[in-house]
Amino acid sequence: MIDTKGRPNRLGIAGWLGGGRWGFERYLYTLHRLTGLGLLLYFVLHIFVTSSRALGPESWEAAMGRVSGGIFVLGEYLVFAAFAFHALNGIRLALVELGIGIGRPIEPVYPYRTSVHAQRPLAIGVMILAGILAVVGGFGFLQ
Amino acid sequence: MRDQRLWTWHIGAGVVILVLLGLHMTVMHLDAFVRVFNATPEEPIHWSNVVARGRSVFFLVSYVLLLGAALYHGFYGLRNIVFELNPAAALKKAVNGVLVAAGIALFVVGTWAAWASFQFARVAG
Amino acid sequence: MADTTTHTEVVFRIRRFDPATDAAPHWEDYRLPDTPGMTVLEGLKQIKESQSPTLAWRSSCRMGVCGSCGMFINGRPRLACNTQVSELEASLVTVAPLPNFDIIRDLVPDLMPMIDAHAASHPYIIRDDVQEQQHPTGEYWQSMHQLEEYLQFSYCIKCGCCMAACPTYATDPQYAGPMPLGQAHRYNADSRDGGFTERRRVLAGERGPWKCHFAGECSQVCPKGVDPAKAIQLMKRALVLDYLHLWKQPCPAPVAKPLAGLKRREGIPEAPPRTIGVAGV
Repeated sequence: MIDTKGRPNRLGIAGWLGGGRWGFERYLYTLHRLTGLGLLLYFVLHIFVTSSRALGPESWEAAMGRVSGGIFVLGEYLVFAAFAFHALNGIRLALVELGIGIGRPIEPVYPYRTSVHAQRPLAIGVMILAGILAVVGGFGFLQ
Repeated sequence: MRDQRLWTWHIGAGVVILVLLGLHMTVMHLDAFVRVFNATPEEPIHWSNVVARGRSVFFLVSYVLLLGAALYHGFYGLRNIVFELNPAAALKKAVNGVLVAAGIALFVVGTWAAWASFQFARVAG
Repeated sequence: MADTTTHTEVVFRIRRFDPATDAAPHWEDYRLPDTPGMTVLEGLKQIKESQSPTLAWRSSCRMGVCGSCGMFINGRPRLACNTQVSELEASLVTVAPLPNFDIIRDLVPDLMPMIDAHAASHPYIIRDDVQEQQHPTGEYWQSMHQLEEYLQFSYCIKCGCCMAACPTYATDPQYAGPMPLGQAHRYNADSRDGGFTERRRVLAGERGPWKCHFAGECSQVCPKGVDPAKAIQLMKRALVLDYLHLWKQPCPAPVAKPLAGLKRREGIPEAPPRTIGVAGV
């Protein structure tokens, strides 16, 4: 066993961001985390804002008035887009993490076709669907 | 033991949210394309539509289900992110406690609001 | 023989750190003639022979089978012996020790946390019939299809490149990591093994695959095509089915009984008498 204490060398949070050169699933992972946190924050606030409907129409109108500026509309659209990405990427993750769509164990022959390659069509498909959903939802916000 | 169960429920909650939140987003934001559960021609957040939905048992049940599933799913994700930053064991216990307490509190608030507006809508409408 | 080719140069930028003398790791540049077919490992050897005798690293087989020379080369974990300088397509080759492991010195990482996590998941065949394992009477039956279920994952050379690439392991040292988890699945998926219940004690809790979110980097960088990401997702599938009580633990592969009623073909001589294990030898 080694006696000397080694020098720590972890990548830390920078390790969550290391996408691009290695694979686009790494970017999807980072974006899934960011949209999840954004959605959670919005959701907690949303519970309080929409609970105002229990106290009658005046309280509801007051709450809606507080969240009706241009910046709020933009924010809500971002929430919708985040939902579109997070939900569709979540479908992919639920399938893949239950072993569906990643291919069977095979004899590795170079160049290696890994599970990442096997699920790549699914990833591209859900990203296209998420894009379509985000654009379609945008029409409602433009009104 | 616990993590095996917690993760399975996380995926299950995700599926529930996919259906219910998808419906909610369709009702609120895709009304230009498919008008569903918007009884009056006003925009979906208008009080008349809020009351119309509030009166429905289906909405009462699905809002409460969505609330529970989304709180569990979101807080489990947040717990994952915090735990992956490798806090001390005592801090992990504290985070667990705070998330459970906050989750229950928010669930109570949301369920109360759904129930109270159900009563209100039934009386008013 | 007179050398008439013009040499280009390649610069090796190496992360040096000697705990006895340095306060912190620092980069140092070394210029080398770029020869055709030069691997990063060969470059390191030339530097040690001619420029810096104190350069330290691990290597052994120099052909990509021992797993000793995992390093962070031009921003990606690779085996130094398997990486040609020409494939990097750059005149600057940065060589750093594998991230997410403590640095012992220069390019030598401390891989013991990975090995300890690997040992904790019982990476060996576990069966009830210990007597048969200690004193085998025959082979275990295993079909080609059963072999294919785990063969890919058995190619792991424990180099640690996957651990360096994993985003979760970058922040969380409690996470077991792609290698230990992939190898735990290699044994769970082996039809000769009956140890799923024992490994589940470790895998169903905090040290399981639950912090994996399929970034897929481990499989992208694995030099042997082991695809640990696939192994981990298949393991999650098994554990979820187990929680839902839908998982059938397959019986461990039976022992092949010696074939009876065989007759030797005409003209084939008998084997020479046994000499190993015979008393007096």
